[in-house]
Amino acid sequence: MAIDRDTVRHVALLARLELSEEEIERYARELSAVLDYVAQLDALGLEDEEPLAQVNETFPPARPDHARPAPITREEALSQAPASDGTYFLVPPVVEYLEP
Amino acid sequence: MTEHWKRSAGDLARDVTAGRVGAAEVLDAHRAQADRWDPAVHALLARDDERARRTASGKLQGPLAGVPFVAKDNLCTRGLRTTCGSRILEPYVPPYDATVIARLAAAGAVLYAKANCDEFAMGSSTENSAFGPSRNPYDTERVPGGSSGGSAVATATGMSAFSLGSETGGSVRQPASFTNLVGLKPTYGRLSRYGLVAFGSSLDQVGVFARSVADCALVFSVMAGPDENDMTTRPDGAFALEGLDLSAAGGKGLTVGVPRNILSEGLHPEVARAQTRAEEALGKAGVRVKEVHLVPPAACVATYYLLATAEASSNLARFDGVRYGFRAQPADDLLSLYTKTRGQGFGPEVTRRILLGTFALSAGYYDAYYRKALQARRRIRADLLAALSGVDALLLPTAPTPAFRLGEKAMDPLAMYLSDIFTIGANLAGVPALSVPCGFTADGLPVGAQLVGPALGEGTLFRLGAALEGALGGERRWPELVS
Amino acid sequence: MSASVASNAKDLAAELGWEAVIGLEVHIQLRTESKLFCACANRFGAEPNTLICPVCLGLPGSLPVLNARAVGFAVRLALALGADVHRRSIFARKNYFYPDMPKNYQISQYDEPIVTGGTLDIGERGAPRPVPIHRCHLEEDTGKSFHPERQGDRRETRVDFNRAGVPLIEMVSEPALASADEAYRYLTRLRQLVRVLGITDGDMEKGSLRCDANVSLRRPGETTLGTKAEIKNLNSIRAVERGIQAEIRRQAKILGGGGRVEQCTLLYDVDHDVLQVMRTKEFAHDYRYFPEPDLPPLEVSEAEIDAERRGMPELPAERVERFEKKLGLPAYDADVLAADYEVADYFERVVAGGAEAKAASNWVMGEMARASKERGWSVEQFAAVVAPERLAALAQLAKRGLVSGNLAKEVFEAMLEDPGDPEAIARARGLVQESDPSALRPLVEKILAAHPGPAEEFRSGKEKAFGFLLGQLMRATEGKANPQVARDLLREALEKTGSP
Repeated sequence: MAIDRDTVRHVALLARLELSEEEIERYARELSAVLDYVAQLDALGLEDEEPLAQVNETFPPARPDHARPAPITREEALSQAPASDGTYFLVPPVVEYLEP
Repeated sequence: MTEHWKRSAGDLARDVTAGRVGAAEVLDAHRAQADRWDPAVHALLARDDERARRTASGKLQGPLAGVPFVAKDNLCTRGLRTTCGSRILEPYVPPYDATVIARLAAAGAVLYAKANCDEFAMGSSTENSAFGPSRNPYDTERVPGGSSGGSAVATATGMSAFSLGSETGGSVRQPASFTNLVGLKPTYGRLSRYGLVAFGSSLDQVGVFARSVADCALVFSVMAGPDENDMTTRPDGAFALEGLDLSAAGGKGLTVGVPRNILSEGLHPEVARAQTRAEEALGKAGVRVKEVHLVPPAACVATYYLLATAEASSNLARFDGVRYGFRAQPADDLLSLYTKTRGQGFGPEVTRRILLGTFALSAGYYDAYYRKALQARRRIRADLLAALSGVDALLLPTAPTPAFRLGEKAMDPLAMYLSDIFTIGANLAGVPALSVPCGFTADGLPVGAQLVGPALGEGTLFRLGAALEGALGGERRWPELVS
Repeated sequence: MSASVASNAKDLAAELGWEAVIGLEVHIQLRTESKLFCACANRFGAEPNTLICPVCLGLPGSLPVLNARAVGFAVRLALALGADVHRRSIFARKNYFYPDMPKNYQISQYDEPIVTGGTLDIGERGAPRPVPIHRCHLEEDTGKSFHPERQGDRRETRVDFNRAGVPLIEMVSEPALASADEAYRYLTRLRQLVRVLGITDGDMEKGSLRCDANVSLRRPGETTLGTKAEIKNLNSIRAVERGIQAEIRRQAKILGGGGRVEQCTLLYDVDHDVLQVMRTKEFAHDYRYFPEPDLPPLEVSEAEIDAERRGMPELPAERVERFEKKLGLPAYDADVLAADYEVADYFERVVAGGAEAKAASNWVMGEMARASKERGWSVEQFAAVVAPERLAALAQLAKRGLVSGNLAKEVFEAMLEDPGDPEAIARARGLVQESDPSALRPLVEKILAAHPGPAEEFRSGKEKAFGFLLGQLMRATEGKANPQVARDLLREALEKTGSP
């Protein structure tokens, strides 16, 4: 299947990726080639196959509900933040348009 | 001075434990190798010699006492920069250690550096690192493989006695094959993924590079087993070395299956020769070789690139410039903060895969791509398990070619994806696989042979690997630094 | 305590010629000790960004580990709703970007939730009205964003991750509610239920229950659904009721004018009673759900279900029945008391303190409700002033005849100020009824002497005169004479003097 540029644009918005026009053009081409390759799965006749998302069948039990003290301090956490005020993580304002 | 950097992890630990040699001296020998080699091969990213030095001068105990190692840069290390080879995590310092790192530390191993890799482990050559490619020490014009290329190079050159990489589709075995190393991709769930920065969560496993099967088994045994921080670890995942016969005769009576049907066409002649060499060597060691049938591995590649990218598109959503890492400037509103940070922070291969994965999960395409790939995954696993049912392991090449030249496949994503063609099946099926050195090409490039076993079959793989190692024999051929 | 719904909530849509179809999605914040996928404390009101770890902060490499108690809570809710608990359900990732969501995906459940079906009864006074439930699933809460004030000078949005990862159950009703009033009752009953179950504190002000409503209109008799609008963040019971009414009016106006309702998301401003359409660039809606690879399938064993069943508290409906059958309360009383489990608990403690059930019910539904309403007290606040044992003591005083009904109300009023024993209060304030004949007899004689006329009339057969004389006696005692004793003494005295 061929992916057109509008599809790339839409997917890039979903994935929050800013792309230049050249990049959009290039990814449309490359992704189309990958999807053509992937189309070979159609030949396997998989209609009746159950999906398999995970390979393991045994797992550890769920955790007992006990709280422990926070293992990292606020200072430690905020030290990695691109913007903070010492108490909160800061981001540019969320633009919400409200119409009456 | 003894060349400690040439010695096995097991020997070093024994000597350090017995007090015959100091851990600091061992560390220095390996660091000296790094100083010598790294300018030519660029295996390492962040290095913390001082901390390693402090650790090495403390009291070290355990089966890896005083053994220096490096870890792929997608394994979190407390207080030591962890970039995943990406611009977007360039400034990132984790506040915690990955479980495997903590277990190695508890066993006395000494971490001193992080190893270069393809950005977020996406690649097969380590050319996708935002910090420049690593190079193959056997021919610096060639790639060391990837994505765990830096880890491979470090162990191949004696910068470390062993190293950690990670696998999603062959990222340990393929570079092991390219650099004359043993490389293990364990059974899914045997090693904790806690602290391994996720790429394709249902496929990811931490892997081990070592210069011998015995070292590989030793390191694996220290890390294996369930982890309360990772619900995808297997309760029965622990691995004990006791009773494991790693002698040259230890494989006697075992049977390997060769999937001849997928090896007939298009195989690089040197790889075909290595395959024959491996079959003969195992035969000599008393291992039965028989023929089995596998689905064409191209279906594995197709399935893999849908599933791994779909999971990656979600796993990599957290890199957004809000809580850690790189943030693009200026960003006036939230949407542009996201798109600019991610647009500038990710390299082209990562961007390509996020786009593909997002597409495969998106409304209207989920069934045709993502779901179909899940169906194919069940088929592929069933097929692989069927092939394994009458044998102890499969024997096939690790990679379709020896190490290729830098830039050779960089412009053709699909060609690059196909270099994982023989390794991906084990990841999709969640079974263990081991790449073992199997000689060199006429040009002096290493070639590996791959053993694939059933879930929890690492012990058998180690026995067969050691048998192959023993049968091929000879002294290790170290790479030579050409200045 | 009792429903205070504006009258037009009952059938606003019908008045306007439409039928409303309403579905509610309620997020129930679970009262576990730790978060859903990590062991950070699940606690409200801590210093911002102090209840955090690599997992709930979404740090690279971190992985979720499921909290077993949250699963137990979902099972408990399912049992209470008569819903199906699925032995195997799947966690899924819901992908969208928002700054208070650390991983930019939410771990939730999608096509295989833990609970489906069941009903919530919102009927009143013996008339059942079961509302079908579509599903309940487990998911993690987000952190909290503090957006800049519109007029403020702060430019950034501030984010606190203490709440990130707190366990939620999202409970989705079928679109089966027909009015704002029903929505009101649904939420009220649900709040009661989940608090009785002990799975949440149910405090809407703290966001422990958060409600979204889907509203559409159609002509009565139509079977297809109209285009719906979703009202987000209805965070008080009043907001649910008012917001839905406002939306019914809005849609009726559009449809009435021949227009079409557009599918949209709305925010309701309860203070100004206005609905606003939300348009957010950050929401390009395609959640790309897929199975969460970091978590195994969620398996619930028969043993776990049994354990929850054994630990089930008495449910509101069961309590109504017990109040009627065991305590002999009228259906109305049982219904009103059991509607609020704190009230019901208080009532039961009054009974345990020695009051008769009906008397206790009268006190709780009468004076206690009135006093609490006037003062804006919760049951807890009321109980801190008037412990149930004290109210029981007061009821016993009345039963013993020490205080009359009216005086008892005065004692009650005094008890709101005075922490003393009711009897002591009654005595100290002279509110005790006079039942001692020897104390009343001199007064009777004095009154008969002062009013010979009426006494004579009574003796000649005019019963009416008795009432006048009794009134005089009560006035003389300032109403404190025990009416029965006073009556007996007066009759006795009249008969004695009249029969020579």
